[in-house]
Amino acid sequence: MAIVTGKNQRWRVLGAHAFLIALLVVTLFPLAAVVSISLRPGNFANGSLIPREISLEHWKLALGMDVTSADGVVVHPPFPVLRWLWNSVKVATIASALIVAISTTAAYAFARLRFAFKMPILNGMLLLQMFPPVLALVAIYAIFETIGNYVPALGLETHGGLIVAYLGGVATHVWTIRGYFETIPVEIEECAKVDGASHFQAFLRVLLPMAVPILMVVFVLAFVGTIIEYPVASILLREETNLTLAVGSKYYLADQKYLWGDFSAAAVLSGLPITLVFLAAQRWIVSGLTAGGVKE
Amino acid sequence: MTAMNPFDWKRAAGAAVAALVALGGLWLAFAVYAAGQPLLALGALALIGAGLYVYVSRAALAWRYLFPGVMGMLLFVLFPLVYTMWIGFTNYSSTHLLSQARVKAYLLEQTVPDEEHSLEFTLHPEGKELRLVLAPYEAASGAQRFISPPLRLKGDKSETAAMTALPADAALAPALATREVLAHRDALMALKLAMPDQRVLGYAGVHEFGPSAAVWRANADGSLTRLDDQKTYVPNEAEGFYIAADGDRLQPGYKVAVGLANYARMLADQEFRGPFISIFVWTVVFAALSVALSLAIGCTLAVLLNWEALRFRTLYRTLLFLPYAVPGFISILVFKGLFNQNFGEINGILNAVFGIKPAWFADPLLARTMMVVVNTWLGYPYFLVLCTGLLKAIPVDLYEASAIAGAKPLTNFFKITAPLIVKPLSPLIISAFAYNFNNFVLVSLLTNGRPDFLNTKIPAGTTDILVSYTYRIAFLDSGQNFGLAAAISTVIFFLVALLSFANLRVAARNARK
Repeated sequence: MAIVTGKNQRWRVLGAHAFLIALLVVTLFPLAAVVSISLRPGNFANGSLIPREISLEHWKLALGMDVTSADGVVVHPPFPVLRWLWNSVKVATIASALIVAISTTAAYAFARLRFAFKMPILNGMLLLQMFPPVLALVAIYAIFETIGNYVPALGLETHGGLIVAYLGGVATHVWTIRGYFETIPVEIEECAKVDGASHFQAFLRVLLPMAVPILMVVFVLAFVGTIIEYPVASILLREETNLTLAVGSKYYLADQKYLWGDFSAAAVLSGLPITLVFLAAQRWIVSGLTAGGVKE
Repeated sequence: MTAMNPFDWKRAAGAAVAALVALGGLWLAFAVYAAGQPLLALGALALIGAGLYVYVSRAALAWRYLFPGVMGMLLFVLFPLVYTMWIGFTNYSSTHLLSQARVKAYLLEQTVPDEEHSLEFTLHPEGKELRLVLAPYEAASGAQRFISPPLRLKGDKSETAAMTALPADAALAPALATREVLAHRDALMALKLAMPDQRVLGYAGVHEFGPSAAVWRANADGSLTRLDDQKTYVPNEAEGFYIAADGDRLQPGYKVAVGLANYARMLADQEFRGPFISIFVWTVVFAALSVALSLAIGCTLAVLLNWEALRFRTLYRTLLFLPYAVPGFISILVFKGLFNQNFGEINGILNAVFGIKPAWFADPLLARTMMVVVNTWLGYPYFLVLCTGLLKAIPVDLYEASAIAGAKPLTNFFKITAPLIVKPLSPLIISAFAYNFNNFVLVSLLTNGRPDFLNTKIPAGTTDILVSYTYRIAFLDSGQNFGLAAAISTVIFFLVALLSFANLRVAARNARK
């Protein structure tokens, strides 16, 4: 840059580094502490950030193994963390796949087809999405209780019901995919139709293969969104073996049974994969963040 | 193979699927109707009918693609909103859980054993199964006895056994002792005995089966009369109870519309209004503080990290982004542990340096401070990312010009940077405010609203925000008052709608300029 720098420049750079490092310490301290605590023996251990004595007891418990303590008492894992992780991954995978399928077809209609009230429907969907489900928990609970009376597989306390509950949140994904579809020239599909392809074939065989990147992005976004979802899961699921990670983790820090060390190991074990997925998807998530404000 | 056109097969398969869906839908709707929910059955029928029409008719091509998405939104986003508003006008709660029809049916099904006509029973093993024998109490040897077919008597599935007369001279295995009979208690309680004279007997005690008598009689005017004391209870539509002349209310109550009673309570009920207003104020303060602090830190960092004289910028940016990448439910719980008064690391450090151990979870002010601190930690990376993007769009020559004029960095920020990013940021700031206004996950996992206000009729927490307060009223320690919770939710809907409206207005104004 062609700006002449003054003699204060060096002090300013040093000051900026000091500020940034101080903030980094504050930011990273909780994350470093939880790793350290997961390696300390006992559930109430205070100590330095680098543990003096490394113990794998919490990690064994988190992985579902029994631990025999020094005085010969066998400690069983307090909670089925791996089961919770599996529940979370299962629900998030199925829900995201369905969300991608539903939003792709809807986005196709909005991008390519002509029908009455097109923009009002799309705007209405986007507007509805501004009301988070947490505001309607009472109704959602009552709805799934009723559904469960007639279709038990989709009632309370089922993963099927939870997956179905997540299928309402598609508006932003429809918007994202529609935007991508509109960047693909419509002529390619028209050529396919001239060659005898039906509407659906042109969509499935011609448009979709070109849209794979955005579909992966939406899948990852939906996956991250559902795996960290807490309010709806917390009212639909109550039984211990049924919980998802987001609902179950809090039981480690209950007032009556405070398992700080065990929680730390479980948190690192389950939080790390999700964090890595999030970091890998960071670019797209960030562009999704700004999408709401700067439309088109 | 010209005779078999593959297209026809496809059509046939399609028709078969449509027929199956139609049959399944009809069956489901009928089941719902049979369970006494005609409106719900109609809704299910309409939904399935619409689906069939869309996929069978050629006219609705676009809707074939739209149907699942739009239905998902209608069923699981719009309907819950409307339904919540409706619940807000009812007294739906744990004491008014069922509809009046269901409550009436429940009461009419209540029975008491008729002890005068009870018979003594004994169980006699036969192979792996048991036979149940009924005899009058202290029967003379000649009295008529009855015997059941061999029964398994396992589990608690309800079952009816046909009793037959037992010849007086029939040989039976010795009867089971009381202790062994008790082992079959669950199965016996679910067992009904159909007597040859059409009476049905039920379990009436450790040794007896007997006919049962209804407790209630339904009167023509809709009231219910208790048979043993002839006391009559009249349904009261305003209160959702069957009420006797002396004012006695019959449990359980039933669901009725109560108009604006829940809203009146928010405004008029002194004991409720106090905590409600403090929670409302705290919700606004919390959301505003969270956004302001996150915005200040995030934008300062973005400006710093945009400064080319600084090294390691990418590393800083990646590490500073981490709080956003860690799932919220984990980082919030980590903070809950770190702030623990006795075992937490934060008090460990404070104790070592200053010799203090603040009670983060017991003192209202400290708990609120902690909430804002944690939420700022969670929220600043969002603004860091947003501001970084917006800074890139500012032309560099503006800063070159200001450098020629001899401006200092702070002047640059307030005269050039801030005015240029404020406008595109404003709709995002509003949506961040709306998000934190409803930041249920943070409250629920960090403090759960505690510490509570003292002396409130309905438990309310000093760190509760509106949405966690409704959750508490509906699902936790306050008697599951769904109606009141839904009314508060409706108030929040309107606030969110206002914020969304402001958001759209600001975004539209930006787009025009």
